Amino acid sequence: MKITEEMVDYISQLSRLQLPQEEKTAMTAQLEGIVAYMDVLNRLDTSGVEPVSHIFPLKNVTRSDEVVPSGDREELLANGPAVKDGAFLVPKTVE
Amino acid sequence: MELFELTALELGEKLRSGEVTREEAVEAARARIRAAQPANNAFVTVTEAPAPAAEGAASPLAGVPMAYKDNICTRGVRTTCASKILGDFTPCYDATVVERLAAAGAVSLGKLNMDEFAMGSTSETSCFGAVKNPWDLTRAAGGSSGGAAAAVAAGEVWYAIGSDTGGSIRQPAAYCSVTGMKPTYGTVSRYGLIAYASSLDQMGPIARSAADCAAVLDVMMGKDARDSTSLDVPAGGLLASLTGDLRGKKIGLPADCFGDGLDGEVRSAVLAAAEVLKARGATVEEFALPVMEYVVPAYYIIACAEASSNLSRFDGVKYGWRAEGYEDLGELYTRTRTQGFGTEVKRRILLGTFVLSSGYYDAYYKKALQTKAVIKAAFDRAFEQYDLLLTPVAPTTAPKLGESLTDPLKMYLSDIYTVSVNLAGLPALSMPCGFDSKGLPIGAQLIGPALGDAAVLNAAYGFQLDTDYHRQSPKGGDEV
Repeated sequence: MKITEEMVDYISQLSRLQLPQEEKTAMTAQLEGIVAYMDVLNRLDTSGVEPVSHIFPLKNVTRSDEVVPSGDREELLANGPAVKDGAFLVPKTVE
Repeated sequence: MELFELTALELGEKLRSGEVTREEAVEAARARIRAAQPANNAFVTVTEAPAPAAEGAASPLAGVPMAYKDNICTRGVRTTCASKILGDFTPCYDATVVERLAAAGAVSLGKLNMDEFAMGSTSETSCFGAVKNPWDLTRAAGGSSGGAAAAVAAGEVWYAIGSDTGGSIRQPAAYCSVTGMKPTYGTVSRYGLIAYASSLDQMGPIARSAADCAAVLDVMMGKDARDSTSLDVPAGGLLASLTGDLRGKKIGLPADCFGDGLDGEVRSAVLAAAEVLKARGATVEEFALPVMEYVVPAYYIIACAEASSNLSRFDGVKYGWRAEGYEDLGELYTRTRTQGFGTEVKRRILLGTFVLSSGYYDAYYKKALQTKAVIKAAFDRAFEQYDLLLTPVAPTTAPKLGESLTDPLKMYLSDIYTVSVNLAGLPALSMPCGFDSKGLPIGAQLIGPALGDAAVLNAAYGFQLDTDYHRQSPKGGDEV
């Protein structure tokens, strides 16, 4: 199938990416080649086949409901690129 | 024989007998790292003062120096995934495998280079520069666990822990003439492994021998409440189970793995490996596995789909690197991700977003999950007839550096023999089985049925009793 630059713009927006024009042109051509190759799957008849997401049939895996320590607040915040008053700092999100 | 040429178990034995002290082992490894790192770039971070081995550990590997691929979280040691976007991220917890290995006396010398977020087949997409193959520094070490394979091959550590989503342990092991094992999905906890494609990712050892891999897996394996996909099955006892006896074992060679696209010298070496297994009592026969045609597209659709979701957590807010020059939150995300991810990672995020997007989901993602069911059923049928399968690891020996970066589709196609194993959740091992006319290593892959890890290791152990490919070290891999 044909991959257009508009489609690349749309999936870039969904992915929170913004490719410079030169990279976008190259990426569009590469994605088209890769997607065309993936169409090989159309040769395989999968009618009536249930999709498998996990290979082993694990269901309803639970653990006992016990309180255990999780990460230390200060240690976790130490990895943040911008931190203030015990919270991660981001630009204002609500006008 | 130099200390660094020993297997991990041989060194462990010398440490127990007192012939070598733990300090001497660490110093020998550090000397090798100083000599080889400038040439092969296997490490991202070398630990300046490695924590001493836990006292009283019963593991036969207690005190043996090792290292982790840099997508495995290590408390207090920078963990980068070889990506700019993780910056100086320093985990405040250890992965479960790190906890278990440390308790068993492992001494970590640092973190190993890799393809960015484990996305690549040559370890060239690292933001710290490419890993170079110790057998030929103009060639790739393979990927994505290229640093792990190169470090073991160059004698910088006696074993390393890698991760394998589509061949990332086995293929670099083959390119560097070391032994690497991807265990059955769910037998090793993924807690603390930075996710690429969660339904396919699994950690495992890279070492000189199958026996070393068994000893490492005896420590790594086992149920972990922190990974709900980890299986509640008995763990341990792999090393003790090795006999090398293959009498009565049936080994299948999938004809579809020996056809077009396979280098002639690789084919000959793998078929010669089949003869060695036959001489140990196995019967070997060809059979048809036509689903091989569909494994690469199914793999890349599923892996990229999961990656596009997993990598959404890297947004410049909670950890890692943040871009500058943003006006609002959306721009903060977009600038950070656009500048923080490399080209191959962006390609896979976009591909994954595409196959999951409205209008294309059924045609690509759902189709790939159905194909996965067909692939699994084909392997199930194969294992009704055979105890093990034998295939090449990769179609060729190690490519020249730079060759794979220009044509992503060509690089994806080179994963054909390894990705099916991840889709079906199976155990598989890559073992050295020869060299081509350029002197480059060739690997053979043994695949077992789900939870047949012991049988895979035993066949490789038998092969290594009769061959010495795994005991050969690269010559002159230290020159820059």
